[in-house]
Amino acid sequence: MHPRTGWLRMWRDAVLVAGKDLRIEARSRVGLSQVAPFGVVALALFAFALGPDRSVMAKGAPGLFWVAVLFCTVLAVQRSVSVESGDGAHDGLRLSGIDPAGLFLGKSVGVAAQLVVLEVVLAVGVVLLYGARVAVPWLIVVSCLLGTIGLAATGTLYGALSAGLRVRETLLPFLLLPIVAPVLLAGTRIWQAAMVGGTPATGTQWLRLLVVFDAVYIAVGVLLFGPIQETA
Amino acid sequence: MTAEPFVTDSATATPAHPPAPSAPKTVVNPPPVQSSRSRAVERVAGVLALVGTVTTVWLGLWVTPPDAAQGDLVRLVYVHPGVAWVALYLAFGLAAVSSVLYLWPRTRSLFWDRLAAAAVEVGVVFNVCTLVSGSIWGKPTWGVWWAWDARLTSTAVLLVLFLGYLALRRVPAEPDVRARRSAFVALFAAVDIPIVHFSVNWWNTLHQGATVLNPGLTLKIHGSMAWTLLLGFVSLTLVFVWMLLVRYRVGVLEDWLDANELGLALAERQSEGSGAPGPAARPVGVA
Repeated sequence: MHPRTGWLRMWRDAVLVAGKDLRIEARSRVGLSQVAPFGVVALALFAFALGPDRSVMAKGAPGLFWVAVLFCTVLAVQRSVSVESGDGAHDGLRLSGIDPAGLFLGKSVGVAAQLVVLEVVLAVGVVLLYGARVAVPWLIVVSCLLGTIGLAATGTLYGALSAGLRVRETLLPFLLLPIVAPVLLAGTRIWQAAMVGGTPATGTQWLRLLVVFDAVYIAVGVLLFGPIQETA
Repeated sequence: MTAEPFVTDSATATPAHPPAPSAPKTVVNPPPVQSSRSRAVERVAGVLALVGTVTTVWLGLWVTPPDAAQGDLVRLVYVHPGVAWVALYLAFGLAAVSSVLYLWPRTRSLFWDRLAAAAVEVGVVFNVCTLVSGSIWGKPTWGVWWAWDARLTSTAVLLVLFLGYLALRRVPAEPDVRARRSAFVALFAAVDIPIVHFSVNWWNTLHQGATVLNPGLTLKIHGSMAWTLLLGFVSLTLVFVWMLLVRYRVGVLEDWLDANELGLALAERQSEGSGAPGPAARPVGVA
């Protein structure tokens, strides 16, 4: 009944943790009622900054989409950390014997699932509000999935590192955003390649970069999440 | 004989007035003393760094000839690449290796933590010098203070990662917790650097075509210029080593002060209460 060791246990724990986080999210609706609207506000602000010319906005749409996603990632990670911060929940999780790697994967999946929903909202916003025209939809979808995995993994790592800090709100964006700069670069380039008038072939090398980024940080998280938790 | 409420409130509890000579004193560990050997190493490094730097300045500004194409601007080649070498490879490499050695259970020691912290702090200074000297060089040769060239961008990202590390270190925590946390952040950054490097290279290449913006490195360098360039690298490395040693020593003293601050303050209050102010009343070993 209880898979005691190895991958099976890690994945079982990951599913448990992700399920818990998503259940909390489904009941509190913080992501839906605060983070997603914030993303839409960001899109509107970018539009104000770039002026009413829709051709300029369409040109900038790939980058603006990813910047909005990055900002929302910070909020989603803050939220993911704060659900553990009250009532000794963090200590409870550690006491429960949950596999640390499973906890890392579960928290990451929870953040990633929320980001995917958010990206759908933002992508629709970019198409409607900026007049961005997509030529190769699959590139967009794959880049969003790979980028989301990388953002969620790095975000969960840094969230755990900064969990016990009173200055978490200010320190986390400063630490996290430069680290995920490659995701922004790659995501933007892939989107530019997938737009009407882009060259889709250039997107594939950037997809490879995203795969490497994801693999590196997932590996780091799976291997080191146990010791990282001890810093909180 | 006035009662001193502040003194009686202190953590030493026992009757504070009149304090007998045998009254329990707050125990303060003496500050760590630098060994004569490490003091000598620090001094030698400092003197060598000074001599090397002065010689480089003399050779660079007076002895070596101006360049045919760049004129006197070429003299920046004796500074800029050397500073960049220290900031981008030496300091960051040392910080990454020390952090890993701290995290590795068998080599775990606060020595590695302090070394990493010192390397990052000195590295930030050199990184800023790299960007500033590059800007000074870029304005007359490229016509702009800043270009979104791959190297410039990676250097700037590295600086931000360094600054994040230092910001995290400033958060008060137990030395062990702080060391562990900082080491993880250094490790994550070190893992990120190659990815940033590649992505920024591709980004720029796709953006501008095959523009090569490194005029200094394509120059033909010979004779006195080559020697001066080499000496510049060596001197700047020595400057780094000297700053690292001093910063490490300061780090040790800072940790001592963190651990003994309260004890020191209590000891001072007690000495006020005993009516014997001044250094004589301070605990033995506190200079």
